[in-house]
Amino acid sequence: MTVLQVVQAPAAVLGTAGKTVDPLAADVVQLATDLVDTMRVSPGCVGLAAPQVGVGAQVFVVDVTGHPKARTVHGTLVLCNARVVEASQWQKGREGCMSVPDLTGDVKRASRLVVAGQLPGTGEEIEITTDAFEARALQHEIDHCSGLLFLDRVAGAHAVYARKVYL
Amino acid sequence: MNEYAVTVIGHDRPGIIADVAETLAGLGLNLTDSTMTRLRGHFAMTLVCAGSVSAGDVESALAPLTAGRTLLVTVREVGEDLVEPPRGEHYVLTVHGADRLGIVAALSRTVAAAGGNITDLTTRLAGNLYVVVAEVDAPGAMSDLATAIDRVAGELGVEATLRPAEADLM
Repeated sequence: MTVLQVVQAPAAVLGTAGKTVDPLAADVVQLATDLVDTMRVSPGCVGLAAPQVGVGAQVFVVDVTGHPKARTVHGTLVLCNARVVEASQWQKGREGCMSVPDLTGDVKRASRLVVAGQLPGTGEEIEITTDAFEARALQHEIDHCSGLLFLDRVAGAHAVYARKVYL
Repeated sequence: MNEYAVTVIGHDRPGIIADVAETLAGLGLNLTDSTMTRLRGHFAMTLVCAGSVSAGDVESALAPLTAGRTLLVTVREVGEDLVEPPRGEHYVLTVHGADRLGIVAALSRTVAAAGGNITDLTTRLAGNLYVVVAEVDAPGAMSDLATAIDRVAGELGVEATLRPAEADLM
């Protein structure tokens, strides 16, 4: 198991669109595996994208299993070259990010979502239809792959908050 | 009817807002617009209130707040005709990047040069990450302002995003 170091803003890789990848390439499959491992050992982490571990590539993982805000849950999702196909029912919600550990922000996201992408290892093209928190997590990770942080989408000047730290 | 702008800045503690609001209410002053936040732990409040008392009465009534020398209070009479209609379209500008001198200066000058008016602004320093979120009313084409902002952001080595502000009516 490989746990990768998560990079934090301001890091150039987080503001750069990731390259499309070959989902069959061995290094892409390994990256996907390492992203899952890193997500699993990170408390509260429901998703992780390649730019967050310093790799400018369109690969991410999401798993919102057990999250109280989730409705539809697909378990562990690992996608390459993912894109939003349909988005509707926009709702504002508070987001945080392992790459921006000290801040949170209110971001409007589609709560009904169809995403297409390829599975690493097989290259199979799949479509995922989901909603609520899983939809939010997918949009957050697809943004990472496009070089965007939640900060780029906050709703206004009073929508960025210092993360509360309870000692 | 007189209108006053009051600022209260200083060491935070529970009860400052209650003290200020009670004092103003006691003078028959009606709180209109106000904002309060903590800036790196410092209490910071700005408000506008309206009533028939004199500025001197407001200052005297608030003076006990400054007795412990941990709070600074100012009172200024302001005109009632300051509300300007918004100009152009409404945008949200987000900037983030490594902290350095002059980010807000350069970007706000760029907005001003385009005839844009910043109507709300928050900046946060978190570690070495500097974040600016500004709400901007700007005339003209969004693409012209976005191009100018991108150029300045590139010179500063920061990421900037300009988006139309959402104004959903339900």
